Amino acid sequence: MAMRILIIEDDREAASYLVKAFKEAGHVADHAADGLDGYAMAESGDYDVLVVDRMLPKLDGLSLIRSLREQKIETPVLILSALGQVDDRVKGLRAGGDDYLPKPYAFSELLARVEVLSRRRAAPPSAEPTIYRVGDLELDRLSHRVTRSGQEILLQPREFRLLEYLMKNAGQVVTRTMLLEHVWDYHFDPQTNVIDVHVSRLRAKVDKGYDRPLIHTIRGAGYMVRVGGEGMKDDVA
Amino acid sequence: MTALGKLIRTTAFKLSVAYLVIFTIFAFVALAYVAWNARRVLDDQFVSTIQAEISGLSEQYRVGGLRRLVNVVDRRSRTPSASLYLVTTDTGERIAGNIGALPAGIIDQPGQFETDYARTDETNAAPGHAIVRVYMLPGGFRLVVGRDVEERARLREAIQRAFSYALVLIVLLGFVGGWFITKRVLKRVDDMTETTRIIMDGDLSGRLRIAGTGDELDRLAQNLNVMLDRIGELMKGMQEVSDNIAHDLKTPLTRLRNKADEALRTAKSPDELRAALEANIEESDNLIRIFNALLMIARLEAGNARDSMSDFDVSGVVGDVAELYEALAEEAKTPLEVSIEAGLAAHGNRELLGQAVANLLDNALKYGAGPDAAIKVTASRQDGRIVIAVADHGPGIPEEERSRVLERFVRLENSRSSPGFGLGLSLVAAVARLHGGSFKLEDNAPGLRAVLTLPLKDRPTS
Repeated sequence: MAMRILIIEDDREAASYLVKAFKEAGHVADHAADGLDGYAMAESGDYDVLVVDRMLPKLDGLSLIRSLREQKIETPVLILSALGQVDDRVKGLRAGGDDYLPKPYAFSELLARVEVLSRRRAAPPSAEPTIYRVGDLELDRLSHRVTRSGQEILLQPREFRLLEYLMKNAGQVVTRTMLLEHVWDYHFDPQTNVIDVHVSRLRAKVDKGYDRPLIHTIRGAGYMVRVGGEGMKDDVA
Repeated sequence: MTALGKLIRTTAFKLSVAYLVIFTIFAFVALAYVAWNARRVLDDQFVSTIQAEISGLSEQYRVGGLRRLVNVVDRRSRTPSASLYLVTTDTGERIAGNIGALPAGIIDQPGQFETDYARTDETNAAPGHAIVRVYMLPGGFRLVVGRDVEERARLREAIQRAFSYALVLIVLLGFVGGWFITKRVLKRVDDMTETTRIIMDGDLSGRLRIAGTGDELDRLAQNLNVMLDRIGELMKGMQEVSDNIAHDLKTPLTRLRNKADEALRTAKSPDELRAALEANIEESDNLIRIFNALLMIARLEAGNARDSMSDFDVSGVVGDVAELYEALAEEAKTPLEVSIEAGLAAHGNRELLGQAVANLLDNALKYGAGPDAAIKVTASRQDGRIVIAVADHGPGIPEEERSRVLERFVRLENSRSSPGFGLGLSLVAAVARLHGGSFKLEDNAPGLRAVLTLPLKDRPTS
């Protein structure tokens, strides 16, 4: 599913890199070089996701987002900031941003987050199904039951939330930091492979003994739950 | 600028002049008040003397008639420094007394006047000035009694003279005093200026001289010296940090460059190039992490995260992070013993504490993991403070190295082989300071016990 993305960023080199990278990932990306142009383009409302730099000429990123939200334009916004610190993140989200990524970032991280944001726009939380299905794997959000091919899989509460988040974003890349944010609700950078260990534990319960693995490792990016893995390098632990 | 010009522009000189003016005005007001009061007392005295004489003389007139009055007036007029007397008929013809002439109309009505007059005796030919009282005697005669007010004028002159002498004296003393003070203070301030100039030129070891008098200038000099000490410490810290940064960032940057260079020169296939690029990205990511950690520590030390502080559940955070690392511990076959007292609350930043505890667990697992070396995570209330401890049975850190490892980029020799940047414990220490707590490393005999202490918030808020 191709997305229309507006990148509001004053650094031309960074912006053209992003436009190119998003195009390679199969999306459509436009670029605005300052806050006012960005606001005018975002106001037209034709975008699935806005990627907004915090420090912009003419109109700064947070004011831009605030103005959009006052105009009832609810396009999801991802804030990019060189000030990637705890309090900045809070300020960004308070201004109406939906996600926050400190510079410098890996493009795979940005792409994964933008895709999740765009999907959220397409399917508002109220329309979330109570049962997630991926292949023969089923997760019931109400009864907290997980089954594969009709066989129940017993999960710890945290493992359940991990699988729930992965399945909610099935078919999309989910990065390690996204998992730490949504499953553990922390925003720091874990120094070792803590997340990997949790995923491999989950994988041992969900994928072990089945022919077709559902939890895939996407190299240099993160994880993805989906049926089949054509073109993907899987390494099942 | 001449020496005089320099003197005039000094604060001490300006102060001296200001005080001079104030003292002069004060002296003037004080003298004027004295003069005015003296004149009033003198006038009162005149009036009562005149009154007493009039009642005495009118008594004489009542008893002995005009003849007796004239006799008495004549006698009194002749005594030296006598009052002034005049007895006239109803038409103003002089009968007796020592007043030769009065301006016309004065004697037509009773009452008290200030007037010019002339005496009858030639010695005092010049007209004087007097306070006179006109009294109507029965039978149409008029009795005038007065006092010359020459004394009053003399008093004023005396006071004026006193004032001018005083003024000259005040100005003279003021100038001399001011000049001395200016010289003295100026000298010390000039000394201070000279010393600070030397320090500004780069010699940070210079200190201001303390005169030992304990006065304002001494206190100023003391404070400036303390400030210089602090600046010196900061400069030293900066120097150390930049040295460390130079070393610890240059190493991975050089590695990055060399890898790219090597790939360019030797890689034969696209796959080899690809592998080299991937390795480069990994190396860059490490650099980004170092930068982020450094920035975070710097901002914590500047106290920039204070805005994002709120009350939070410490027990929950320690539990979460322990749970996060539990899987890793299991993989490392290291038992993780967790004991957390419920309901510990603190005021601060939940994310930062999470990061700090994660760093401690990270270290413990990196250096202290082993099948019979359980890692203990505890959080409890002790003496009104929250004590979070992570204890391992690894090699530990020798006592003399413990404070050093809290500094940025410090990695002990035997840890160089493990991944890491030497920033983890510095960050923990910075988080502790930000929360008004402390962080220290202890001997776990064997192993390391890292203890993070935070101020306890009484009421846990959910």
